[in-house]
Amino acid sequence: MKTRRVTAAIASVLALSLGAAACGGGDDDGNGGGNGKKDAALSSIVNASTKKGGTVSYEHSDVPDSLDPGNTYYGWVQNFSRLYARALTSFKPAAGKEGLEVVPDLAESLGKPSADAKTWTYTLRKGLKYQDGTPITSKDVKYAIERSNFAPEALSNGPTYFKAYLEGGDKYKGPYKDKSADGIKSIETPDDTTIVFKLKQPFADFDYLATFSQTAPVPQAKDTGAKYVQNIVSSGPYQFESYEEGRGATLVRNKNWDAKTDPIRKALPDKVTIKFKVNPVTVDNDLLSDKITADAAGTGVQPQTQPKVLQGKNAGQTDISYAGATQYIALNVNVAPFDNVHCRKAIQWGLDKQSVLDAMGGSPKGDVATTLLPPSVNGYSKFDTYATEGHKGNVAKAKDELKQCGKPNGFNTILTARSDRPAEVAQATAVQESLKKIGVNIEIKQFPSGKYFTNFAGVPTYVHEHKLGMLSMAWGADWPTGYGFLDQVVNGSAIKPSGGTNLMELNDPKINKALTDAIANTDDAARTKAWGDIDKMVLDNASVVPVVYRKNLLLRPKSAANVTVTQAYLGMYDYVLMSSAK
Amino acid sequence: MAAYIIRRVFGAVLLLLVVSAVTFAIFFLVPRLGGQTADQLATQYVGKDANPDSIAAVKQNLGLDQPIAVQYWDYIKGLVVGADYKFGPEATHCGAPCFGYSFKSHVEVWPQLTERIPVSFSLAIGAAVIWVISGVTIGVVSALRKGRPVDRIAMFIALAGVSLPIFFTGQLLNALFVYEVPIWDSIEYVPFTQNPADWAWHLILPWVSLAFLFSALYARLTRAGMLETMGEDYIRTARAKGLKETTVVTKHGLRAALTPIVTIFGMDFGTLVGTAVLTETVFSLQGIGAYAVQSIKDNDLPIVMGVTLVAAFFIVFCNLVVDLVYAAIDPRVRYS
Repeated sequence: MKTRRVTAAIASVLALSLGAAACGGGDDDGNGGGNGKKDAALSSIVNASTKKGGTVSYEHSDVPDSLDPGNTYYGWVQNFSRLYARALTSFKPAAGKEGLEVVPDLAESLGKPSADAKTWTYTLRKGLKYQDGTPITSKDVKYAIERSNFAPEALSNGPTYFKAYLEGGDKYKGPYKDKSADGIKSIETPDDTTIVFKLKQPFADFDYLATFSQTAPVPQAKDTGAKYVQNIVSSGPYQFESYEEGRGATLVRNKNWDAKTDPIRKALPDKVTIKFKVNPVTVDNDLLSDKITADAAGTGVQPQTQPKVLQGKNAGQTDISYAGATQYIALNVNVAPFDNVHCRKAIQWGLDKQSVLDAMGGSPKGDVATTLLPPSVNGYSKFDTYATEGHKGNVAKAKDELKQCGKPNGFNTILTARSDRPAEVAQATAVQESLKKIGVNIEIKQFPSGKYFTNFAGVPTYVHEHKLGMLSMAWGADWPTGYGFLDQVVNGSAIKPSGGTNLMELNDPKINKALTDAIANTDDAARTKAWGDIDKMVLDNASVVPVVYRKNLLLRPKSAANVTVTQAYLGMYDYVLMSSAK
Repeated sequence: MAAYIIRRVFGAVLLLLVVSAVTFAIFFLVPRLGGQTADQLATQYVGKDANPDSIAAVKQNLGLDQPIAVQYWDYIKGLVVGADYKFGPEATHCGAPCFGYSFKSHVEVWPQLTERIPVSFSLAIGAAVIWVISGVTIGVVSALRKGRPVDRIAMFIALAGVSLPIFFTGQLLNALFVYEVPIWDSIEYVPFTQNPADWAWHLILPWVSLAFLFSALYARLTRAGMLETMGEDYIRTARAKGLKETTVVTKHGLRAALTPIVTIFGMDFGTLVGTAVLTETVFSLQGIGAYAVQSIKDNDLPIVMGVTLVAAFFIVFCNLVVDLVYAAIDPRVRYS
């Protein structure tokens, strides 16, 4: 028996080294040894348990931007930080669509908006304490926002939405430079439990902004700026027992956390460990052999592991979740011939999206996209403006559009892709092949992802000068609503001299106004519907060619308990819920 | 001998200064010569909200607004007396030797290096013991049994060892002994001071995979050296004097054949401390090599500088030691 296992191991390593796709055995019964069925964690909590104790262990093949709640942009850190940092609001730890619901966390209720949605008031729960037993006050929440949004000289990793939306946000210098007792004046703390935000424009998604870990309180006296990450003061159920920069951390129970003040966390495990910079293949092997509870990155197993888990005995332990991101081609409306809507529509009709998806790795990698908003975002509306049979394209309709565009024989153009993203390069090559059928000849130009937006695709002058008509793009929402997704990619205000993310250079006054109107609307249902309508407007403009809704192929080890996918955090597992039988 | 040692130490320090100047120029002067402004260099450390204020703050903190010579002087000064940085409510003192401050991960470079040096050193020292013992033994046996099955088998294994990349042997050992026949629960670095037995136990696989490559190389080198030495006249004389064959081989043959081995060992060991990237990556060990790769990926210049200097130090230091050991093992070498 051992000989066979050893032989199998050698064979799989050989296959791996030679780049071959090793397929596992055929003993798939669709179950993971009582660990739920395939995709079970998409809509339910797998291995639901109320048992306390054990250690949840995570591994990650990279390092975080920072575990400091005020200095991170990474989705997985936002998810993970909820173990030690409680924000004003959070996403409900629940299965399926329920996981997209915003619920109060530090605050006793969701924000109370003024009629114009420009003032938001939160009241903190009673009895909140830090790990050292000192009380948490609204001033600490204010300070946390000040340091995270207004001190880029020390904390530059996180988003700066509060800076962008708060009154006077462009003038305040941050707590390390402005030593006045008031801080930013547009955040008021009339008493220790009340915090009031005054915005310069109506913003109905504010409860979503309040879910960012930046609203987790930080005691000013304990803040050491960039070094705070080494001594984070916990407001959640766990506190740091150890932290090693770039290597990992261990969390243990925070004895001053009171479950009565926290209706969303069960805090079942006694300990949580995380290791960074673990070889990605080792992470997969550790998941398969049940040595760890989850891959913290939450983006799925490595390509070489995919065949093994999809067809082998572990198939029942997999969940293919939407990653909250759409891969699309941006057609720049200021680069000929895409300044003509019919040439844009020719691409929409002519592209064989199924072949592009196949080239990228097929269904485990995602679904064919027909909208810009991915299905996991609040406001997604299913439609297909350019529907073709099997998503294989319609050459006749494409050629008809080419005629109307004045290019009956097609045209030449350039398509960009990020050289260090194999899936994007594969996508570009498949698009190039597919559009030959309608006479569109594409030259692919590749750029490094680190400078893609700052030096190339996000710089309009460069794009125009080099006639980059088609630009590969992938986008995920900073928070899972239509506005959180669309604002930075279709709003005219997102066109910047450098670092822009509206690669179409779409500046349609109707779309801009629709976005402004919708975000000012405090009627949740009407606002949510508006996002789908705006998505349709973008597709009617034809400057966005949605290609793939990206997916993660997640693997849940047998010992993992309370496992469910959260769409609020890019389709990874919910780390607040997760516990372990170990 | 003492004068020689002092002279060599001074030479080594001078060499490290030259390395630091060249490295500094590559990272901070060449981009300027290539047309990048101080603002552009600072922008990459500002984060997503780059604006004139934040760029100016980083520029000032990093000293990018100073002439290159001043920047280099400040860097060297930091190594000797430390430096101050302000990335929070209060200024932070980076004590000597201050190798700078990472503006990406916001940590002082030196403590990061000192945490990782023991990992790389442990990896290199264990592997070195294995490869020297096994490589030299196999080489000697092969040379003494030239053309016989033992020699052929040993040289075949040596060829395989040289040919197989570490990411293959490492992955194979990992897959076999951690997952398929799990003799080891995990491969990780346990500090020697914490538990010497655990330290050794958890590093055996990385040592073996690294040593497999090197011992193959050393076996071939030793074999070649031994074949040459054993054909020398003084070996025949030693045998004619009636010395035991073991004495002839070890005291007269191997001792002479070892000189080039020691030279190359010094180079290999010194280099390996900073460059065992593949082994560290395969086994997820957080050593200097893996740290170098990460910092290059992040464009984190102060860390790249620090790693380069530390790696250079080990190479220079090991070469110095080798030169001194020469005298001890080869009577023909004498220093005045």
